Amino acid sequence: MSMFSPETLLVLSLAIPFAAALLIPVFHASPNMREAVTLTSAVLLLITVINLVPVVLAGGSPEALTFKIVDGVSLGLKLEPLGMLFMLVAATLWIINSIYSIGYMRGHDEPRQTSFYVCFAIAISSTMGLAMSKNLFTLFLFYEILTLSTYPLVTHKGNNEARNGGRVYLLILLSTSMLFLLPAIFITYGVTGTTEFTAGGILAGSNVTNGVIALLLALFAFGIGKAGLMPFHFWLPSAMVAPTPVSALLHAVAVVKAGVFTILKVVIYIFGIDTLRMSGQADWLIYFASFSLLAASVVALSQDNLKARLAYSTVSQLAYIVLGAALATTAAVQGGSMHIVMHAVGKITLFMCAGAIYVAHHKTEISDLDGIGRKMPFTMFAFFIASLSIIGLPPFGGVWSKWFLAVGALDAGHQFAVAVFMISSLLNVAYLMPIVMRAFFRPPKGAKPGEPIAIAEAPLFCVIPICMTAFGCLVLFFAADSIMDFIKLIDLKGPAASAAISQSADTIAQLTSGGVSNGR
Amino acid sequence: MQALDAIVQNYNYAITVFLMVSGLYIVIASGNMIKKIVGLSLFQTSVYLLYISAGKILGGTAPIIDRNYTIYSNPLPHVLILTAIVVGIATVALGLAIVARIHEEYGTIEEDEIFKETGL
Amino acid sequence: MSVGLLTSVALAAGAAQAAGGHAVAAKPFILTEHLPILIVVIPLLAAALTAMLRNGRVAWAISLAVSWILPILAVMLILQVEEKGIISYALGGWAPPVGIEYRVDIVNAFVLLIVSVVGAIAMPYALRTVELDIDEPQRAWFYAIYLLALTGLLGMTITGDAFNIFVFMEVSSLAMYVMIAMGRDRRALIAAYQYLIMGTIGATFYVIGVGFLYVVTGSLNMADIALRIGPAFAESSPPVMAALAFIVVGISLKLALFPLHVWLPNAYAFAPKFATVFLAATATKVAVYILLRFYFSIFGSAISLTDLPITEMLLILSIAAMFIASVMAIYEDNIERMLAFSSVAQIGYITLGIALANKSGVAGSVVHLMNHAAMKAALFAAIGAILYRVGTARMSELGGIGRTMPLTMAAFVIGGLSIIGVPGTAGFISKWYLGVGAIEHGWWVVAFLIVASSLISIIYIGRFVEVAYFQPVSEASEKGSDPPFSMMLSIVVFTALTIYLGLDTAWSGQLAEKVAAVLVGGLAQ
Repeated sequence: MSMFSPETLLVLSLAIPFAAALLIPVFHASPNMREAVTLTSAVLLLITVINLVPVVLAGGSPEALTFKIVDGVSLGLKLEPLGMLFMLVAATLWIINSIYSIGYMRGHDEPRQTSFYVCFAIAISSTMGLAMSKNLFTLFLFYEILTLSTYPLVTHKGNNEARNGGRVYLLILLSTSMLFLLPAIFITYGVTGTTEFTAGGILAGSNVTNGVIALLLALFAFGIGKAGLMPFHFWLPSAMVAPTPVSALLHAVAVVKAGVFTILKVVIYIFGIDTLRMSGQADWLIYFASFSLLAASVVALSQDNLKARLAYSTVSQLAYIVLGAALATTAAVQGGSMHIVMHAVGKITLFMCAGAIYVAHHKTEISDLDGIGRKMPFTMFAFFIASLSIIGLPPFGGVWSKWFLAVGALDAGHQFAVAVFMISSLLNVAYLMPIVMRAFFRPPKGAKPGEPIAIAEAPLFCVIPICMTAFGCLVLFFAADSIMDFIKLIDLKGPAASAAISQSADTIAQLTSGGVSNGR
Repeated sequence: MQALDAIVQNYNYAITVFLMVSGLYIVIASGNMIKKIVGLSLFQTSVYLLYISAGKILGGTAPIIDRNYTIYSNPLPHVLILTAIVVGIATVALGLAIVARIHEEYGTIEEDEIFKETGL
Repeated sequence: MSVGLLTSVALAAGAAQAAGGHAVAAKPFILTEHLPILIVVIPLLAAALTAMLRNGRVAWAISLAVSWILPILAVMLILQVEEKGIISYALGGWAPPVGIEYRVDIVNAFVLLIVSVVGAIAMPYALRTVELDIDEPQRAWFYAIYLLALTGLLGMTITGDAFNIFVFMEVSSLAMYVMIAMGRDRRALIAAYQYLIMGTIGATFYVIGVGFLYVVTGSLNMADIALRIGPAFAESSPPVMAALAFIVVGISLKLALFPLHVWLPNAYAFAPKFATVFLAATATKVAVYILLRFYFSIFGSAISLTDLPITEMLLILSIAAMFIASVMAIYEDNIERMLAFSSVAQIGYITLGIALANKSGVAGSVVHLMNHAAMKAALFAAIGAILYRVGTARMSELGGIGRTMPLTMAAFVIGGLSIIGVPGTAGFISKWYLGVGAIEHGWWVVAFLIVASSLISIIYIGRFVEVAYFQPVSEASEKGSDPPFSMMLSIVVFTALTIYLGLDTAWSGQLAEKVAAVLVGGLAQ
């Protein structure tokens, strides 16, 4: 693969899943070939993405497909470390999820599987495009394609419930993006004359007033409806009518992570974290995200439907990342970036478990899960591990991102946010652990005590991916260091600021006083 | 008094305005489709008068150069209005043709009855 | 056939000029010098020719040939304008401002291109739909009428004479009334009658306004009026203000500015399918061009627009159109009427850009002329195809139509996304310009309203998409299947154009910006 230039690799990352979407309908008649196309392209995509890693590690930022549409509106791809990380997560999990999809869709005998795989591939393609976008317009384009391509997936069942769910999904996501995100882009272009993502932030150098910053932040925070910030979170529970593989990859990883990724990207490359923090205009967002974080956890407690509980848990976890972005300190933003990875692997496991339970036993309500752990030991053990990771206990990945977020909160002087993280972790325990307890320690309903319970797992295609991602939670605990090294490549300060830092370092050396303000 | 004088002196414009307003009023107020067309025609006619009034110079004659005359009326408005009259006739003819077709189809040319029937 | 026609017209035009008596008789006839008159005369002569025919297919072939020649002429005109600047063509050899002048600059060259291209793309669509909608003895006449409408629209656009605009306006309008009245539905007659009354009032208002302008400036040549109107305004402003009022109200009737739009939904809904596609994409666009001309090139060039109370009025009515018409679209069961209300809303965007009166805003209006033509033609053509196959455009009867007519509905969805303004479609580009224009003007609330109103379109487009894909296939929909090739060709090209104009805006955007620069550049401060 290294025979391709980095620029070609960028285009390939976009083109491979898209080509898959074109190729899948050709094999409509032979499901095995069709699934082979999906799996092959997933593997090819991962290889392509992995080949890009050394480029980013070497400090490169390849660009491709740049062309101007009109003044201020241009298409373009440009790789940077945060996007690279997101692509790695999405591409890896696509393979695992594809295997799972095959098990789920066949085990459940779903109709219209071809269009399912087509839309899925388009969604992945637009996720890749979003991760590589060079400017706000490109990001907005792929953001909307992602919304539109997942709409048929949400409404896959084709019944009334699916239609209503799809309605809420489309209305909330499209209207927030049109109503708030688009004006935010207008204003950004209006005041700075550009929409290109720039290290250090494009608002950093311009003399925008705090009022404009506050307005822009509000428009971005609520306009990026995919980030699920309350009160625009309820599309996510509505989207749960989709088949579980969709909930697992798209509504725990690709779509929602596209939302928080966009928020991080906007904070880092549009506002600039120093500009945002020093303007003091993000404080309200800190409180808002904190509220969203706790409230969603409380709502999750009250949900009996397993997927709905997981959905609210996702809303809560997304708020961690938004909070990290709002705190706008180096550690908080890095912690938020890391949480994209940690939460993705944990949450996809939980959703795949929920799907496996549904395929094997047609159970959707938590109150029906008594003793399920004895019938499905692998699945439920994986569920247990992923729960621990989401809660943030060692030795699983989730602990690290929460740690950095807490450190970031302290850096920013918001001890209050640390308390929010603590309370939330307790709430996580409260809504996840009872499921595990019920599954393992209660006898199945209607079973006589002492009678042996036969193991009845989901199809192998479902169980293997679940075990892989559960194992992934463990691996991430030890791999956190290298992920952090990678995240540190994100240029949070920009060239001007780093020049200022080195300058101020000189000044400090001369004056032996730390009085020079460089935003630290 | 002065205002009245102004109106009397410019009686041609007063007539123009009168025709214009009454034509428009008929178009709006009448429910009979033929009467509406008549109103429309009246409304258009007022414009002919407006143009002609502007082109006419008192004591002026047709613009054919002749030693005996020094004042000529502007011929251009007349030419324009000739065109406008043609357009007006075409419009009225077409309008009446459509009304005739409407009468064939609906058996009436009263707007309220047709609207009641079609629910438009 | 067409080549013969071309040469005969060329000879006629040459003879006409030779007869002008300006010692040009010796000059060899060069086709490219006579493009401005050819683009009007070719469809006019073809109309006379087809009116004499009895065979619908032959008439269609002639119309097709003419419709395909015109865009070539329009492109040649644009290239000439880009190369040499404004083209002034003295009709009959009489020099302006005395004679009638055909005056082509980048602004009307752009509009000529839109009108002629729409005609060219829509023509294949006519073949089958006209066979269904019109009885054979009248088919050739229908094409003659269409060519007359085309002549009128092109003439209105190209002429530099204010009264000549009135004449061509009536040529096109009368032709359109006839086209609409030829619809199969008997309500088409009522629609045509309503349009005739409103349209004639509009045209008469316009001609009254021109009369006032003539009285104060003594000229009918628009470029000449623009030069003279400043002093005239300083001397006696009431007639100039009255002229502005009459002209703007008159043209607003023609372009269906809210609340003067009542004729439009019925006219679009009950006209023959081909007429709907053609009119929806061209008629109001040309009226907008006339408004642009008078607003910017004539009144705005001499008088500061801020002295005229018209900006606020346009702004308020545009925003009202954007919201009220969109909401009315939601409550329509007839999809053609729904799309017609959507057109009224879209015209609101166009006039909003005029009210903004800065480069980005006007570029938004101008580019939306083209973008809206493409997307609305695609939408109406798709619905026309459904009507063709199924015989109804009522949403309540079209359950599951997406499964029986997949390609047609796919085109509808793409057109719908463009109406909503999803990035990657033409609609987004228009919204981008308008939004940036509003921000530049400092009207942030207006920028917000622009995007807010597009949300309403999600509801009415989404409503039909849900019906088409989620409801079980209804009795009517079972009859459906994608239309014949000739119709599908037009639908696909319009749809492709909708996407193309959203992605590769290099030339359409630049052209729109140039047009806007010409219009806004001449404004008095």
